[in-house]
Amino acid sequence: MTALLPRRGLAQILALIVILAVDRVVSPQFFDLRLQDGRLFGSLIDVLNRGTPVALLSLGMVLVIATRGIDLSVGAVMAISGAIAASLADSHGLPVVLAASLGAGLVCGLWNGFLVAVLGMQPIVATLILMVAGRGIAQLITEGRIVTFASPGLVWLGNGSILGLPVPVAIALGMLILTGAVVRGSALGLLIEATGGNARASELAGVGTRAMILSVYVWCGVCAALAGVIAAADIMGADANNAGLWLELDAILAVVIGGTSLFGGRFSLVLAVLGALIIQTMNTGILLSGYPPEFNLLVKAVVVMAVLLLQSPKLSGFAGIMARLRRAKP
Amino acid sequence: MTSKALFAASAMAALLLALPASAAELTVGFSQIGSESGWRAAETSVSKQEAAKRKVNLKIADAQQKQENQIKAIRSFIAQNVDAIFLAPVVSTGWDSVLKEAKEAKIPVVLLDRDIDPSGKELYLTAVTSDSVHEGEVAGDWLAKTVGAKACNVVELQGTVGASVAANRKKGFDTAIAKHANLKVVRSQTGDFTRAKGKEVMESFIKAEGGGKNICAVYAHNDDMMVGAIQAMKEAGLKPGKDILTVSIDAVPDIFKAMVAGEANATVELTPNMAGPALDAVAAFKEKGTVPPKWIQTESRLLTATDNPQKEYDSKKGLGY
Repeated sequence: MTALLPRRGLAQILALIVILAVDRVVSPQFFDLRLQDGRLFGSLIDVLNRGTPVALLSLGMVLVIATRGIDLSVGAVMAISGAIAASLADSHGLPVVLAASLGAGLVCGLWNGFLVAVLGMQPIVATLILMVAGRGIAQLITEGRIVTFASPGLVWLGNGSILGLPVPVAIALGMLILTGAVVRGSALGLLIEATGGNARASELAGVGTRAMILSVYVWCGVCAALAGVIAAADIMGADANNAGLWLELDAILAVVIGGTSLFGGRFSLVLAVLGALIIQTMNTGILLSGYPPEFNLLVKAVVVMAVLLLQSPKLSGFAGIMARLRRAKP
Repeated sequence: MTSKALFAASAMAALLLALPASAAELTVGFSQIGSESGWRAAETSVSKQEAAKRKVNLKIADAQQKQENQIKAIRSFIAQNVDAIFLAPVVSTGWDSVLKEAKEAKIPVVLLDRDIDPSGKELYLTAVTSDSVHEGEVAGDWLAKTVGAKACNVVELQGTVGASVAANRKKGFDTAIAKHANLKVVRSQTGDFTRAKGKEVMESFIKAEGGGKNICAVYAHNDDMMVGAIQAMKEAGLKPGKDILTVSIDAVPDIFKAMVAGEANATVELTPNMAGPALDAVAAFKEKGTVPPKWIQTESRLLTATDNPQKEYDSKKGLGY
């Protein structure tokens, strides 16, 4: 149940393989890889690199959703942290820049967590406040302009490479391992799931549900801030109007594709990240295909529906049999 | 600019009413959309400069992208009995009743940057706008001239799907290169007018076209997407501006920075100076009764690396882009 990759991941892996195969058909050079200036270069690397922001967002989002919450503000938090990072980049060192922008994400998360856990607001409404206000805050920081910077340290975070892998991908991998180690290496994950499953019962059983809820929103804010710094580093500038725009929806979609129920109670980090990769594999495939852009959203919707149908135990023979087998076992 | 956007529209109207009457010859009220983009901020700064040059008292009301705020601002301008009203309409319909009020008060209205629904043509004096189809043509003509008779595969970064500017800039470019059989748009995808998407889409174009070897030029519907595309080309080991020609539209400061570095070739200016021609038209109308044409088209200047990009950058960087 608490394994990092449970058997229920089969549908997602199958979906990823199918989409990769389709990408190979529309773009024959899809799996080509070569080294360019010490960095791997190819469409597969693009998928990983471009998928990083949503993967990072989904790492925080999946924990929030596990507590039966939701965080609509992650896109706005990306804009805020990116704006802070870009404004400070050329005048301060990288540690200060990172501390300030990730700190802003932490504060945003605390705010959301406070509204939900302490004031008892509905998560969708509580985080909607920051979703709207956050972009305004980011625009205030950048004064509505695209703030550019040339600080080599921050640029490296978006465009550098570690052992041939783009730095953002390495960061996302590191965050997945860190988050996994913390929540699955301890009872924390179980307590988060208990909070989402039945907050009242868990409270009575001695789980500090309030602290659980507060901490998942904080973590979600930090992940979003990191995604924002990477997005700004990628284009060497902070675009408060567009950074992270609508990405909260992609993050929620990634979590759902990863099989986590919006009703909370259980989650899988690896599958959420896999969900983010499925979305990006599809996006990159659409860009490579050469279809007119009017089809982008339509193709995306059809594929998402297919992936979700694949997971539906009632509609998919394969998943259905798996579910029945699992039910028959005990 | 943005800090101003914080005020509620009502507070702003009150502020406007409280402003002391100036000794200037003309008083013009300007209902600006809001601070949706850097270009918009630059338009506001240039409008102030142009008004100051002509000793006109310009009152600017920021509508925060809301039509109701613009209507309120226009009503308050009418109440103050200004000499003329400039309107940058956020949408094209729904202006009839408030523009009729202005007409009854005999205050001429000039539309800036955007047009309104054709049914309302008699309700305004003139519209000062750029022709976005023409902008695309200027970009296409430059590319055709630069490439000459050589075969050239062009990739296109479109603006947001459904935006009229994107459709027009595509149409103009297509018309211009249709006369040249050697120019062909091989790939066209939307980059949503943003740097991040421009970069992502260009990355995929490069992969799909043999590592960029089959691409001879990039055409982007705005400079921001091109700035992203230039990064993508550099990361792929290509030399933008040399291996692959670039032409885009808007003339924002950062594209001139790229030109100075030899990484961009040409841009077509969408001038932020819409207020200058509008003020001239209003002055002529007020003094001599000259009725301007219904449409004053702003110039779409072509700016290339040979047009002193450093000077262009210096003149534009302070405008709020």
